[in-house]
Amino acid sequence: MSAPTRTLTAHANGNHRITEPAPVRWVLTTVALVFLALFLALPLAAVFSQAFEKGFGTYLLALKEPDTLAAVKLTLITAAVAVPLNLVFGVMASWAIAKFSFPGKNLLITLIDLPFSVSPIISGLIYVLIFGRQGWLGPFLEAHDIKILFAVPGILLATIFVTFPFIARELIPLMESQGRDEEEAAMVLGASGLQTFFRITLPNIKWGIIYGVILCNARAMGEFGAVSVVSGHIRGITNTVPLQVEILYNEYNYTAAFAVASLLAFLALITLAVKSVAEWNVRENMEP
Amino acid sequence: MSIEIESINKQFGSFTALGDVSLSIPSGELVALLGPSGSGKTTLLRIIAGLESPDSGRILFNGEDTTESHVRERKVGFVFQHYALFKHMTVFDNVVFGLTVRPKETRPSKGEIRDKVTELLRLVQLEGMAKRYPAQLSGGQRQRIALARALAVEPQVLLLDEPFGALDAQVRTELRRWLRRLHDEIHVTSVFVTHDQEEALEVADRIVVMNKGRIEQAGTPDQVYEHPANPFVLNFLGNVNLFHGRIQSAGEGQPEADNSVSYVRSHDVEIDRSQHDSSSLKAEVKHIQKLGPSVRITLSINDSESFVEAELTRDVFQNLDLQQGEQVYVRPRQVRVFAEDYQI
Amino acid sequence: MKLFTKHHNVLPGFGPTMGYTLLYLSLVVLIPLSALVFKTAGLSWNEFLEAVAAPRVLASYKVTFGAALAAAGINAVFGVLVAWVLVRYPFPGRRLVDALVDLPFALPTAVAGITLATVYSPNGWVGKILEPRGIKVAFTPLGIIVAMTFIGLPFVVRTVQPVIEELDAEIEEAAACLGANRWQTFRRVLFPLLTPSVLTGFALAFARGVGEYGSIIFIAGNMPMVSEITPLLILTKLEQYDYQGATAIATVMLVASFIMLLVINLLQKWSRRYAE
Ligand SMILES: Nc1ncnc2c1ncn2[C@@H]1O[C@H](COP(=O)(O)OP(=O)(O)OP(=O)(O)O)[C@@H](O)[C@H]1O
Ligand SMILES: [Mg+2]
Repeated sequence: MSAPTRTLTAHANGNHRITEPAPVRWVLTTVALVFLALFLALPLAAVFSQAFEKGFGTYLLALKEPDTLAAVKLTLITAAVAVPLNLVFGVMASWAIAKFSFPGKNLLITLIDLPFSVSPIISGLIYVLIFGRQGWLGPFLEAHDIKILFAVPGILLATIFVTFPFIARELIPLMESQGRDEEEAAMVLGASGLQTFFRITLPNIKWGIIYGVILCNARAMGEFGAVSVVSGHIRGITNTVPLQVEILYNEYNYTAAFAVASLLAFLALITLAVKSVAEWNVRENMEP
Repeated sequence: MSIEIESINKQFGSFTALGDVSLSIPSGELVALLGPSGSGKTTLLRIIAGLESPDSGRILFNGEDTTESHVRERKVGFVFQHYALFKHMTVFDNVVFGLTVRPKETRPSKGEIRDKVTELLRLVQLEGMAKRYPAQLSGGQRQRIALARALAVEPQVLLLDEPFGALDAQVRTELRRWLRRLHDEIHVTSVFVTHDQEEALEVADRIVVMNKGRIEQAGTPDQVYEHPANPFVLNFLGNVNLFHGRIQSAGEGQPEADNSVSYVRSHDVEIDRSQHDSSSLKAEVKHIQKLGPSVRITLSINDSESFVEAELTRDVFQNLDLQQGEQVYVRPRQVRVFAEDYQI
Repeated sequence: MKLFTKHHNVLPGFGPTMGYTLLYLSLVVLIPLSALVFKTAGLSWNEFLEAVAAPRVLASYKVTFGAALAAAGINAVFGVLVAWVLVRYPFPGRRLVDALVDLPFALPTAVAGITLATVYSPNGWVGKILEPRGIKVAFTPLGIIVAMTFIGLPFVVRTVQPVIEELDAEIEEAAACLGANRWQTFRRVLFPLLTPSVLTGFALAFARGVGEYGSIIFIAGNMPMVSEITPLLILTKLEQYDYQGATAIATVMLVASFIMLLVINLLQKWSRRYAE
């Protein structure tokens, strides 16, 4: 972090001679801010503006709708399942990858990143291919009357898939940058493996975990494409919040759609806030 | 080209990095800015280059005020401590960069540029390295490429910020001798920053000793070494012992004031088995430390709390055959006295 | 797994953690993805070609890849600008703006979709201004580009920004000392150093745009042959129980993602080429 702060102070003092002339700086800043306003700030403002268009009462009414409440519940359940599972995986994987050297490490990292480069629609499709009526396990599931597709388990699986890399990819570089020295020192001092992990490693990656969890959670609660393939859109049963937004929107019930969407936008703002704090702390913990 | 520095002040926030610094550097001289870390050497050098602007004061090149002119127009060569080579360019492209950014009318032809690079690489003794990238060079080689790049634009002033700071001891010594020869060859007014007194004494025509944003003394190496203006300069240019109150050197009279402090460089401390004259002090050998060609002896003066360090050559040490715990006499060969209130 | 550990490593737990990693990775990612591969392998070459090269499908590729390319291009230009401004020019609220750049990461795509559709629709905040000037955004391919620009922006900014932060001030000072003006310094010294990260960001934004679904379908209009993106087409086929068609097209998309992944990896390797 030393480099940026140094430039900053130099600029703030106005003694950094090697920069662009003031008018150029001014124009570039304006253009950048207008672009961001147009593409980011305006849509964000629009969510809330539309949500509260017909007043606070209507807003609350839209949220209290039973189908919406059911969607909120399903979304919370989904995140509560997907995030811990991927957290455990992320910690395990980063320990194995960052603290040891073995052949094929880069390939493994690429495979872990894979769900990021797969279109959400494909992420849903693969579960249809496995659990669908014509899928691998379709006949078996039907025979035993187990519902995965167009039911909650399918939603959980698709969500776990799309949020799979979030925590691992945050922790791997962080742990790699921290090296093995501190853990080795702890072992030399007689700590057991678990003691070493909980008392040395964990405090060092704490903010990285928070960062990864918050992003993973945002995606788990907000995933749309993959979930919409496997959900079946059964109101009150297999609709998550984003799907509920879609349905309301497609029914031209805009105010309600935006009211529900505003919940997700709040979530996004909280995510951004926590992320900024975590980012700051992660950078502090990263060895240069 | 001569450089006049006229009462330059520079603050960083409330911190005074340079306080009323004035200095004049005659044309063609090789000047060393010497001082401890944080004394403002880099800041002064950057102000001369135009990379930083002073809060007040003027910089004159050949009598002409350049304080307001942009670094681009000053025609200075600047060698950065970490070289700042363009790592995506070959050595060739690095060296010619300054020529190729000129407007078309003044830009040399391709042929001229090629000749120039060949000549410069010969000058810095790196012929045949033109096609390499900076990452493929050693530290000392990078350093010389940085110098060649600065020289390519034929600067009227060459500024070097700790040019050898990042190199190991051996390469350092080699390069600084080479810099001296190079300067004798091209004679461009040069200022280089260092915090290594030996480097400054060996290479520079003149040494400017800085401390806490001020110039303590400016003079030839002999002047600053033999006639330090104050205890700081004396201390910075060699290990010294200080004695509170009176002390006499061999053959000299009594210092006038009682509240003065006497300074003796450690190699000016003589050790004897017998009392020589009244200036001898009885002391005990506490510690013997062999440092290559010389030997450092720590002694405690009897009946006092103070310790003295003496530096002997190996020959002298062997002749004396000193043992730890032995009682001997110490005698300062040369004493410098400064008023007590001076703080190092 | 013992085979792989380096003998001098005293840290424990490689076996169990690596075992769990591989097991979980296989269960969650590799086996499900292989379903797609096997399903496709079951198709004859002709069936496959028929599915992936039908005119409507080809048109969807054109729309998807074309729009993603345009959006990534816009992001490459404005993303670098935003990153530069955020690092170099202090202005009030800079940290807030910096945090806002990640909004497309954090905002669920469905929300982004309905919002962009509303803002850029003929009577929306922006659409109202553009419509009289003859620029239609919502429900046209232009709308797709807008949505892809939205979701791709952080990729460029966040890959370029740290590189700008780490640019050594001395490099620029050296160029200035050698007589280069600001533009020459940017073009000849800074830009070559930024290029790999700009290209990486471009490729990431492009890859994300190609796969995107949620934020696009609301604003796109989804007219076959004109503004229908490939992911939507896959979903449509699925809803018509045309599993074969859906699978075949998905395979094409998957292969495209793998190629982009490869390109991105190569770019990242390339960006380290001057490192010592
Ligand atoms: N941009 C800046 N902002 C704030 N303080 C600064 C800045 N640049 C330098 N200083 C301060 O000014 C003082 C002089 O710095 P300068 O770099 O000139 O020292 P120096 O003599 O070159 O030291 P060194 O031998 O360590 O390089 C230092 O105390 C430093 O902390
Ligand atoms: Mg310095």
